[in-house]
Amino acid sequence: MGHLSVSGLACRRSERLVFTGLDFRLDAGAALLVVGPNGSGKSSLLRLLAGLLRPFAGAILWDGRDIAADAHAHRARVAYLGHGDAVKPTLTVAEEIGFWAAIDGARVETGTAALTAMDLTRLADFPCRHLSAGQKRRLAIARVLARIEAPLWILDEPTNGLDAEARRRLGRALAAHRDGGGMVVAASHEGLDLPGAQVLELGPFAAEAKAAEVRGLEVDQLV
Amino acid sequence: MSGFLHLVRRELRLALRGRGESALAVAFFILGALLFAFGAGPEPQLLARIGAGAVWAMALLAAMLSLERQFGPDYEDGTLDQLLLTPLGAEVVVLAKALAHWVTTGLPLIVASPFVALLFGLNGDAMQALLAGLLLGTPVLTLIGTIGAALSVGARLGGVLLCLLVLPLLIPVLIFGVAAVQAAAGGSFDATVSEPLLVLAGFLLLALGLAPIAAGAALRQALE
Repeated sequence: MGHLSVSGLACRRSERLVFTGLDFRLDAGAALLVVGPNGSGKSSLLRLLAGLLRPFAGAILWDGRDIAADAHAHRARVAYLGHGDAVKPTLTVAEEIGFWAAIDGARVETGTAALTAMDLTRLADFPCRHLSAGQKRRLAIARVLARIEAPLWILDEPTNGLDAEARRRLGRALAAHRDGGGMVVAASHEGLDLPGAQVLELGPFAAEAKAAEVRGLEVDQLV
Repeated sequence: MSGFLHLVRRELRLALRGRGESALAVAFFILGALLFAFGAGPEPQLLARIGAGAVWAMALLAAMLSLERQFGPDYEDGTLDQLLLTPLGAEVVVLAKALAHWVTTGLPLIVASPFVALLFGLNGDAMQALLAGLLLGTPVLTLIGTIGAALSVGARLGGVLLCLLVLPLLIPVLIFGVAAVQAAAGGSFDATVSEPLLVLAGFLLLALGLAPIAAGAALRQALE
């Protein structure tokens, strides 16, 4: 298992510097909880770590190597849960999980086990349009849980719509993943059980300071 | 390769269970061609002359209809993120999507085209040239259209933008497709027929090579 380190990371979305100068390091079994108000760049940070965005400045390293140097290898390391559940209304639960397991080269049993872990076995043959918001979220989480071989799990607001029981199940699955040497990076407002996680706070204060900096830049450019 | 086939199968399944987009495209194709036929009037020679152009133009427009949905819904519900994080890579995702689009849109149009050609009184040779041209040309429509669809992901007025981007690029396909039919209508199945078809085959090879790279890059950019 490797380690993830981030140094001097900055993210710009359109004209706004969302954050700058982020540094942290995650070792096998560690977890990072990203907190902060809306718009503070939590999702952007997670997308950067997944390799879906490119850093504006700074570097994201896996075992000391830039993740952009071998995007293919990084994709194999990452399991990502985004805002959207990526669940198609006309496919059944089993078809959804089966497809993603197959495409990631996992065995069918892995997908089935992930459904069991999120208590979806009962719903396996239901088309996803019949699922509630919380059940869809559980299915999206199950897709991550099926990626047992991926060391880095990145979860954006995983507890959205989950009831207490589903949160406990998620907590157990994350703990098992970390016991096996996996890492978890999660952005969450509430209710996520990540014992011993480092907490990274992205603040509105930081965003304001950076905004002033950008305005300064623009003024310079105008002159 | 197996990942590619899994994705194609999923896309076909989604299309089959969807709201009948294939049937919609075919109905649009037939109705549009009918409008051309009625608009041109009852004179058989005139109909035969404009027939190839009308069929090709309608095939082009009908193929446009479902292109907007190539990546749009996947972008909105987060599926595109997940697809680009699979080991497949953006290029293979594009090819799989394009193949599924062609099977659900291009192929039904080809099947419907002889009936439409009958409206215009195209003879047997012209019909053959039309079918051969569509067989080579519709995959080009799909592939070039897929580039446009990838470029307009997340854009406001994506559908309109898509047409503006893609339709001008498809004019050469239209020209050579029509040329083959008109040559065949005028005489036997000789060089004047096969040459435009060979050009279409060339377009297809070019599009097969270019579209995955261009559309793949556009998709990655769209998620930025």
